[in-house]
Amino acid sequence: MTADATPALAEDKHTAAGPRVRKGSAYPRYLAGKVAGAAVSLLAVLVTSFFLFRLIPGDPVKTMTGGRQVSAEQLAAYREEFGLDLPLWRQFTDYCGKALTGDFGTSYQFRAPVVDKITEALPNTLLLTGTAFVLYTALGIFLGTRSAWRHGKLGDRVNTGLALTLYSIPSFWLGLLLIIVLSVGIGPIPGMFPTGGMESGGKEGFAYVLDVAHHLVLPVVTLVAVEYGQTLLVTRSALLDEMGSDYLTTARAKGLRDDLVRRRHAVPNALLPTVTLIFINLGRTVAGVILVETVFSWPGLGGLFYQALSVPDLPLVQGLFFVFAAAVIVMNTLADLVYPLLDPRVAR
Amino acid sequence: MTTTTGTGTSPRALARQRRRASVARFWRQYRAERAGLYGLTALALCALLALFAPLFVGSDVSSVTDAPGRPMQSPSAEFPLGTDQFGRDLLGLVVWGSRVSLLVGLLAAVLSVAIGTLIGVTAGHFRGWYATVMMRITDWFLVMPTLVLAIALATVMSRSLTTTVVAIGVTTWPTTARLVRAQTLAVETRPYIERARALGGGHWHIMSRHVLPNVMPLVLAQTTLIISSAILAEATLAFLGLGDPTVVSWGGLLQDAREAGAVSAGDWWYLVPPGIAIAVVALAFTLCGRAVESVLNPRLGVSR
Repeated sequence: MTADATPALAEDKHTAAGPRVRKGSAYPRYLAGKVAGAAVSLLAVLVTSFFLFRLIPGDPVKTMTGGRQVSAEQLAAYREEFGLDLPLWRQFTDYCGKALTGDFGTSYQFRAPVVDKITEALPNTLLLTGTAFVLYTALGIFLGTRSAWRHGKLGDRVNTGLALTLYSIPSFWLGLLLIIVLSVGIGPIPGMFPTGGMESGGKEGFAYVLDVAHHLVLPVVTLVAVEYGQTLLVTRSALLDEMGSDYLTTARAKGLRDDLVRRRHAVPNALLPTVTLIFINLGRTVAGVILVETVFSWPGLGGLFYQALSVPDLPLVQGLFFVFAAAVIVMNTLADLVYPLLDPRVAR
Repeated sequence: MTTTTGTGTSPRALARQRRRASVARFWRQYRAERAGLYGLTALALCALLALFAPLFVGSDVSSVTDAPGRPMQSPSAEFPLGTDQFGRDLLGLVVWGSRVSLLVGLLAAVLSVAIGTLIGVTAGHFRGWYATVMMRITDWFLVMPTLVLAIALATVMSRSLTTTVVAIGVTTWPTTARLVRAQTLAVETRPYIERARALGGGHWHIMSRHVLPNVMPLVLAQTTLIISSAILAEATLAFLGLGDPTVVSWGGLLQDAREAGAVSAGDWWYLVPPGIAIAVVALAFTLCGRAVESVLNPRLGVSR
């Protein structure tokens, strides 16, 4: 993904300059188009989640019972409970109808509604992802700007090299190493951080907040380390694209300090393509979150997904699949909606 | 199309000669990319190691029943990287694991790029509703979180290497499709395509003889980059327990380590080598891909 960020940039410009400009439509029309597109995508995800987990060879009930000895009556009971005795089209309409009202069925593993499990875990994931997202975006943009402004220099090479290396490291591995070094402790290094979970329990008020923050450190560090490289590279190549522009020469000719030229003139323009790409790349962050939560036993959606996979608890996997995909689609649409406000050329 | 030209050299020979010259030019420019050379060297070493692995380690290296050492020994002269929970030699396992990790990475990337190229070229060549539908599908795959989709596929299929290859291959093609389509559109505006069409060249002829050779360099760069993410994805799937449990792979070793309690016991020597192996190979492919890309697209050369 690192290097295809740049071609994607070029590609983006193609599409952005395409039909929208020709039509001469204004923002409301653009907005309606984007929202409709997102709705179609969401519907497609819903359809996929149904067929993916039902039509692929193998009996879902057999998969659910995972090779255990089950009598014919129990199998029949399972079929009825999960509505698998109905014809496929009935199952599909039932599924869609229920999903639209927020009902994704009952978790096979927890014997609780899938929606309850998801709403329980959602805030924890939002806390982890939100913190990491803010930090890695800020870090990536900051370092990417520095790198591009002094491109080819030692600092740039170190920055880019480090970003590429961290980007190639499996996030779960980095997490495991951090646990060993900083939580369990090796040699002279004492265990400073908790090995997993979100709280030690029995704390209230401010102490509770501190405790959660303490648990949050390592997962956030892991996520930031593996994700900031992408933002860095995207920002860097976007800024490099702007570097040769005439308006920068003009700004310099006016006698502006180098620092001001960068902050006031170059960076705001370079940030435009960066914003979209940051949101497009959110899909990767979702993957990172699943792994990091698994490694740190963080009680969020990712950890839940891992638990559901090991059974496999199909209704829960299905519900989470929908939530992850929907989250990325919604974020992408938001980026599309914000973009014309930042760059009026797009919606015009 | 294959009539000889007046100079006596057949067009086929001419084309071959020109191709050879451009490969030589490519290599000359590639050599100037230092990071790309490091990547290439690292890859050559890994490939040799994987190919000749049977010479250093027996194929019984993954056998649980007649393991040479005691369980969970730390590194020693006999076992330079220590042993796992079954007493197997970790060095041997890491070397052996390179075969699966590289093979799956390569196959998945080839599958992914093949799908992407097919859809990209056809969507660029045939305009109209076909292209619209294909690009809608591509866009949809593009916003889907790749790994989540791959995980979902791997969950519903049986645990095997084929599953891993398919799960990665069918989820990572959209970027290639977008890039190849853009390139196809650019190529198709060139006059020689019009000439070929005027001379009666059919769709197949134009796509395979004129468009494809022109998108190949891009496809090459894309393949190199996708291999790197495919290797990471393979390790991830194996780590989540969705890989083939009967083969040794780097991701699988990390999962074994975690299940054996290496983390809470602080046995860092069990975890470090497979992770470094994954990182080195993924980084090497990324460096090569970036080097190829900056040679092919000088505009990006600055961003190296």
